[in-house]
Amino acid sequence: MTTWADLLFLLVLVLDLFVLASSRLRAGIRAVAAQGGLLALLPVVLAGPATETRHVVALALGALAVKGVGIPWLLARATRESTVNREVAPLVGFAPSMVLGALGIVVAVWYAGPIPLPVPGKHPLLVPTAIGTAWTGLLLIVTRRKAVGQVLGFLVLENGVFVLGLLLSDFMPAMVEVGVLLDLFAAVFVMGLVMFDIQRAFSSLDTEKLASLKD
Amino acid sequence: MLFTALQLAAFLVLPPLLLGVIGRVKSRVAGREGPPLLQPWRDLLRLAGKGAVYSRTTTWVFRAGPVVGLAAILAAGLLMPLGAPSATVAFAGDFALLASLLGLARFVTVVAALDTGSSFEGMGAAREVTFSALAEPALFLGLVSLARSTGGLDLTHLLGDGLAVAWRSDASSLLLVALSIFVVALAENARIPVDDPATHLELTMIHEVMVLDHSGPDLALIQYGAALKLYLFGALVVKLALGARLADPAAAFAAFLAGQLAFAAAIGLVEATMARLRLVRVPQLLIGASVLSGFALVLLLRT
Amino acid sequence: MAWNQTILGTGKDPIPTLSLLLIIAASCLAATSGGWALALRRRPALAQRVATAVLVLGAVLGMAGAVLALAGQGAAWTSDWPTPRASLSMKVDGLSAFFLLPVLGLPALASVYGLGYWPQVERGAQSIRLQLYFGLVTGAMAMVCVAANGILFLAAWEVMALAGFFLVFTEHEKPEVQRAAFVYLAAAHAGNLALFALFALLGRMAGSFEFAAMSGLDGGAPLAGWVFGLALFGFGLKAGLVPLHFWLPGAHAAAPSHVSALMSGVLLKTGIYGILRVTGFFEAVPPAWGGTLLLMGTASAVLGVAFALAQHDVKRLLAYHSVENIGIIAMGAGLALLGRASGNPALVVLGFSGAVLHVVNHATFKGLLFLGAGAVHHATGTRELDHLGGLGRTMPVTAALFLVGAAAISGLPPLNGFASEWLVFLASFQAVVGHGAGSTPLAGLAAPALALVGGLAAACFAKVFGTVFLGHARSSHAEHGHEAARTMLVPMAALALVCAAIGLFPVAWVPSLTRAAGEWSGLPAASLAGAAGEAAHGAWRVSLVALALLAGVGLLAGWRRRRLGSVQPAAPTWGCGFARPSPRMQYTGSSFADQLVLRFGWVFFPRTRVEPPTGLFPRRAAFGSHMPDTVLDLAILPALGSGVRVADRLRAQFGGRVQSKVLLVLLGVLGLLAWLGLR
Repeated sequence: MTTWADLLFLLVLVLDLFVLASSRLRAGIRAVAAQGGLLALLPVVLAGPATETRHVVALALGALAVKGVGIPWLLARATRESTVNREVAPLVGFAPSMVLGALGIVVAVWYAGPIPLPVPGKHPLLVPTAIGTAWTGLLLIVTRRKAVGQVLGFLVLENGVFVLGLLLSDFMPAMVEVGVLLDLFAAVFVMGLVMFDIQRAFSSLDTEKLASLKD
Repeated sequence: MLFTALQLAAFLVLPPLLLGVIGRVKSRVAGREGPPLLQPWRDLLRLAGKGAVYSRTTTWVFRAGPVVGLAAILAAGLLMPLGAPSATVAFAGDFALLASLLGLARFVTVVAALDTGSSFEGMGAAREVTFSALAEPALFLGLVSLARSTGGLDLTHLLGDGLAVAWRSDASSLLLVALSIFVVALAENARIPVDDPATHLELTMIHEVMVLDHSGPDLALIQYGAALKLYLFGALVVKLALGARLADPAAAFAAFLAGQLAFAAAIGLVEATMARLRLVRVPQLLIGASVLSGFALVLLLRT
Repeated sequence: MAWNQTILGTGKDPIPTLSLLLIIAASCLAATSGGWALALRRRPALAQRVATAVLVLGAVLGMAGAVLALAGQGAAWTSDWPTPRASLSMKVDGLSAFFLLPVLGLPALASVYGLGYWPQVERGAQSIRLQLYFGLVTGAMAMVCVAANGILFLAAWEVMALAGFFLVFTEHEKPEVQRAAFVYLAAAHAGNLALFALFALLGRMAGSFEFAAMSGLDGGAPLAGWVFGLALFGFGLKAGLVPLHFWLPGAHAAAPSHVSALMSGVLLKTGIYGILRVTGFFEAVPPAWGGTLLLMGTASAVLGVAFALAQHDVKRLLAYHSVENIGIIAMGAGLALLGRASGNPALVVLGFSGAVLHVVNHATFKGLLFLGAGAVHHATGTRELDHLGGLGRTMPVTAALFLVGAAAISGLPPLNGFASEWLVFLASFQAVVGHGAGSTPLAGLAAPALALVGGLAAACFAKVFGTVFLGHARSSHAEHGHEAARTMLVPMAALALVCAAIGLFPVAWVPSLTRAAGEWSGLPAASLAGAAGEAAHGAWRVSLVALALLAGVGLLAGWRRRRLGSVQPAAPTWGCGFARPSPRMQYTGSSFADQLVLRFGWVFFPRTRVEPPTGLFPRRAAFGSHMPDTVLDLAILPALGSGVRVADRLRAQFGGRVQSKVLLVLLGVLGLLAWLGLR
């Protein structure tokens, strides 16, 4: 089972890098959807004999529905309707942001060891993946100009939080699940409103234009 | 001994067939019949039988390019395990010699291209050195990861029996390394998504545009050399992916050849399904390959 | 002063003693060789020949001595010197001998080259001055390599640094030469200051300035860290490790080419010698030393070659490549130090051998390249890459020899650059496979960095060779090229031969390298034997594959000749359908490297001047770019400039009034007293 979990974590991280490197918003959305699907598998793979099957299944299905299908579909529709389909000039270039992301992940892998965990015996890549994914999300939010790119960043960030949530799911299963999913939903909702408003005001999804609102 | 001779013979004969397989797979996916498998060999022989025309700008450097380039790739073939239990010449650090010989082949090709004074060939040469310089760290990060995982210091051990054990303990890292080396193989051999060997627009070419002025036997030497180089990188990918330990050398040899065919088919599939990347995106792909194998190394070092 | 005193080992083994005598004679002959040019100045042609002959004679004697030392045990000799705490102690061991070979050999060849390049008949006093300091710097470098007393070492070092300044200053009427020479002088003195402190500390730790007393110092002692830091600064400044390389490109570009060959080929190496010598004093070196050196070496190698790619002056470009190669040497030395810290003898042998062999190799191919660049400059009058082109037809021999140097510096087999880089690669892989306590797997990252450097160097030299020698002439400068004089070609051919010889048979060096590594690290020979055997085994196979490569080239060339005959139809270059291509449409060196230079945008700050074409029928458009050195032009000079401005403002505040100046002095003295009292 460890190998499969290894592979899953690795793929999640590779998808992080892919999102950082891709300039096409559509490809980015697809990658985030795939990442959501992979995350849905994680609770299943990580489930030990002690965990309750019902919770695992609920968490997996919920994650799949929301992260793997629902939100990506909404985003894809939003991009189809707007004219934007490519991040043109990010504040930090694609290759440098990928290298930055990789550095963050390396640091996470290196220093996750000493972090004291409430639950011993978890998978060694769990915390690094969570931190690395959250770091990727933050990078995306900071470096991208287009609102869709920033929403992708939020989603990746939430994916990181979700992975970290898995750590606690043994303690307070329901709370974590509901909390994580709701949090996510709220974030997307807010961003959706923001996108809609920017679009209506400027007929564009470039957040740089918000700067012109100053006096 | 028998298998050493056999692997060298296969190295000299089979590589153009890989090109044939790639062409066939591409055509089949597109719903066409495709050229016969032996077509690359026929093309080579036809070119070798022709005369050559030389640009008045060129010097001996241009004439030496194809000869030295092919000789370097042939010498590199001595260092790679190509199906036999061991490479023909194996020693600690042979991977560095292999990479440098391929570098020599590239250097003379680039210099020969610059000898024509053509702006197009200068452009191709600039792209070639840019992309290969960026591919180099990806390859070596992969090799370092393999060394960490198998404990080997030469290609025979890096790609040898130790891999069978390594695949069991470090599967995820090796997967990343294999992926990264596959990308390097595509880039080094001027395949899609880095370069399109079938394009007809000089502005978008990399490798082809460098050899625009070569003709006749010179071009035959270059194209044969390109096929041999593909076979060498195929060996790297196949040995890495195969990973299994086969006691019977004959079976291992057969598995290796089958792997080469599969490698060619995989390239054909990639070419049939993907478009060439914009040139500005190629460095990103190669840096991505470095990041992948670097990541594999970090995972290996942690444990 | 008794020269016959205390010759160690008299009677028992006379050969080592002879070796040291030969080297001392070489140092004296070389140092005084320029005197002949002055003494015979009435007959300038003869004078220069005599001076060169004396220098060559000295070099041959000294190299014979070094070879004897490499073959035998080495020798030491001590005599009194009426200076407090100093003595005329000299010692030649494996490390010294390896440095002596290029230190004497390259200047000798460069001085022969000077016969054609900087003739006394034409240049008169300028050439006499140059020869005086050329000999002096050579003799001083030889003395630095054998000095076994701190004071003697510093004296020789100072002579070397000052003579180097006068060499850079040869064409002192040019403003860029003045600037480069003064930056060199400032850097050299900052380094010397650190070295004085370094030897003061070493003397305090050992209780004597004799190197013999300094062996076996404890690397864990509190002062040891300071010693290493000072050595890294002082010697690193001389060697040109990033970010201490800032003086180097200007100085090397400003000096005459054979002087650049000497400075780049061997003068820098004295810095490496110093680092190796000082680290050899210590036992139980902490791993941080090796790690720091490896890190600085890697940074130098990568950034050096990246900066080189961005240059369009041939000699500045070559100078930045020296930074790169010094980086490779430092990587080897760092790996060897890590090996000593972690008790991994294989790492010590391979890293040390790679570093020291690269010292020799870099001297040969960089010497060759600078001499070739000088020949081009001599023939065309410009060093600007993008004004050259097509010289392969007018200067065929120079072109062929330059190509050998270019392939060698790019680490391509079968030439010598590969041999030493192979050892560093191997050392790095040795580090990565090591398991258990004290293992240093992170050092494995040196291998991919070195591979990147190799790829970039090959790109850079494809650019240089292609832009200078191939294609069409890009300006009228390049149309009037002519082949260099024979006195210039012979030294270049000799260096090219050495490149090929070392590259084809690297195994010849393995035993003496192993012995030198043993002396340096203090490890017993038995523990080094395993890795040395592995290196020898590999080196034989490198030779085998290299010979196979040559055989393959011969066979294929024969086949091609049989197929094609000797006369083939000629046509213009295929212009892809464009009807009237002109030489100005060729790819320039700058455009060739542009894609790679873009990748290093995070450390470069190029200044560009763009005049874009406008309108439907554009008349004139222009593009110019200049690459300032990030450290010198963007950090040090602005910092110094603002320092001067602050000082100016302060002076204006207190200007003219004696009282306020005295008050300042008083405050300063009081502050100093307070500080001393508080301690």
